[in-house]
Amino acid sequence: MDRARPKLAVWKFASCDGCQLSLLDCEDELLAIAGEVEIAYFLEATRATVEGPYDLSLVEGSVTTAHDAARIQDIRKQSRFLVTIGACATSGGVQALRNFADVREYAAIVYARPDYIQTLATSTAIAEHVKVDFELRGCPISTRQLVEVISAFLAGRKPQTPPHSVCVECKIAGNLCVMVGHGTPCLGPVTHAGCGAICPSYNRGCYGCYGPMETPNAPSLSAWLSKLGMDEDALKRVYRTFNANAEAFRKESERHDR
Amino acid sequence: MGAGKALIGADKIQRRPIYFDLHDKGVGQERMAAQVDGAMATVTVEGLQALLQAIQARGYRAFGPTLQNQAIVYDDIDSIDDLPRGWTDEQDGGRYRLLRRADEALFGYSVGPQSWKKYLHAPKLRLWTAERHGEDVSVAPEASPSDRLAFIGVRACEIRAIEIQDRALVGDLYVDPHYKALRERALIVAVNCGQAGNTCFCASMHAGPQAKQGFDIALTELLDGGEHVFLVEAASDEGRALLAQIPHRAASNREIETAEAVIERTASSMGRKMRSDDLNELLMSNLEHPRWDEVATRCLTCANCTMVCPTCFCTSVEDVSDLAGERAERWRRWDSCFTMDFSYIHGGSVRASAKSRYRQWMTHKLATWIDQFGSSGCVGCGRCITWCPVGIDITEEVRAIRGCDASAEEPR
Repeated sequence: MDRARPKLAVWKFASCDGCQLSLLDCEDELLAIAGEVEIAYFLEATRATVEGPYDLSLVEGSVTTAHDAARIQDIRKQSRFLVTIGACATSGGVQALRNFADVREYAAIVYARPDYIQTLATSTAIAEHVKVDFELRGCPISTRQLVEVISAFLAGRKPQTPPHSVCVECKIAGNLCVMVGHGTPCLGPVTHAGCGAICPSYNRGCYGCYGPMETPNAPSLSAWLSKLGMDEDALKRVYRTFNANAEAFRKESERHDR
Repeated sequence: MGAGKALIGADKIQRRPIYFDLHDKGVGQERMAAQVDGAMATVTVEGLQALLQAIQARGYRAFGPTLQNQAIVYDDIDSIDDLPRGWTDEQDGGRYRLLRRADEALFGYSVGPQSWKKYLHAPKLRLWTAERHGEDVSVAPEASPSDRLAFIGVRACEIRAIEIQDRALVGDLYVDPHYKALRERALIVAVNCGQAGNTCFCASMHAGPQAKQGFDIALTELLDGGEHVFLVEAASDEGRALLAQIPHRAASNREIETAEAVIERTASSMGRKMRSDDLNELLMSNLEHPRWDEVATRCLTCANCTMVCPTCFCTSVEDVSDLAGERAERWRRWDSCFTMDFSYIHGGSVRASAKSRYRQWMTHKLATWIDQFGSSGCVGCGRCITWCPVGIDITEEVRAIRGCDASAEEPR
């Protein structure tokens, strides 16, 4: 191949690695991706690295240490196009639960020697630190959407990742609405599409893995969830999962935090 | 207005649905089906099975109501044993539950979550595929479908909804070839409703509960008096040919009267009502009514109402390309005026607030649809009420804007 392939880098911050695994999970498309881009930096796949700058940086994880806060600045400088992948990088992840508590207390409970732990008081999204060119939602991200984002980047077009509710995906898939039909609490109406409505397809309510949709009306949904039997504590917790620090979910959980 | 019309060739616009004539038997709005031709037949439950077999034998793929995942949804049916025998439903704003009936009715429920548009106007459709061959690019449009679909158990409101989609999708200058191909081959076996659902208001919209046109065969299920039979009206050549093929007898006067009583009882027991004769003027003169702000506090902008609406026809197109840039596809999928992308133009979305989007949907459905297509866009099926996750009720919203409570609503 004589044409220069764009250089791809994959970076890890505070995260579980699941979104990076989604890239390895591309399986059938992985060879095609490797054919179209030079995988220059991807420690989860290979320790062999190529120096920057990079054309496309995929960033997984949130910023939870002073070291990370400095490192993301350097990565941004080396990256022509920076895409965050997953709930951690996009909203702070489940580890952003610390934002609602005292992280020193957590450390004291979890670690035998909490004095060894150097961490920030909060877990924050990459976009709170540097300019992000595109945010891909999900916990974890969908491999289908990741391939779409890379394909769109290569073609120089906008990725097709609609920001409307999960409900649209349910209806297009022909799913029964579990909330109306079964009385099952569901965050689908306030959650960003992208997963293909996996949970409602299996008669589970949506857990909000993709974070808030474009114009979420969480207070209205909460009023209905309350009618379905959720108490204030349950309402507080239902928004405090993988996207607890996403603004619409954070505000709504705080409204139910007495 | 004149200049705008001229731009799109007003002289070429066919104002009536092109399929209107296909099914229209010239039945006046107020005439009962029993009076058509005076030729009503009666078939037994076994006769209905014979009808289904005759339909399949003519090469149709039959779809009908089936019981799935605690709801009644349309799907392939092989025999009438696939129908939800002895089931009914209980509906309210944001709530749907199935219940057992005391009898063995095959059509003893009101409309479920899905409408027939899932077949005629598919949720997702590939429009074309493009491939690169060196320096050349070839584009292959998706072939029009050749399936012959038979819809069994189509309610009057749904026939009206199909006619409304006909107007939008094939009744004008720009014809949707996929819809057209399926629609002109489709066979419709209607069922007159034997009971009204709690969110039904077809009587208010003059769209039911009796199918008066637009069908090949219409059935009225009769369960009173110990016997279980169907009063059958064949209204097209295809329908009459099918009826001739199956065991049937001439309907008795008592059966015809019973069917009329069933339909009248349904019409008078609608769960919802909505005065509909002045909606265009009412809504368009209240575009800044405070109720729009109030409903916006409840509206989730989730788009469920538009997805379940049997007349909403809006779509978006999405182009996808492969990694190597060798192949691209254009897909069409259902879209909704409740999404931000729907009204996105350079600089942002025209309708950014929930208020503006709810108002756009409701005023189009009930008011400006009349200016655009010559009829209301609402058939009173009640799906937008039942399937709204927070139970927003279009009839209640209209009443609020009208400034009166339910007791003051005029009778249908």
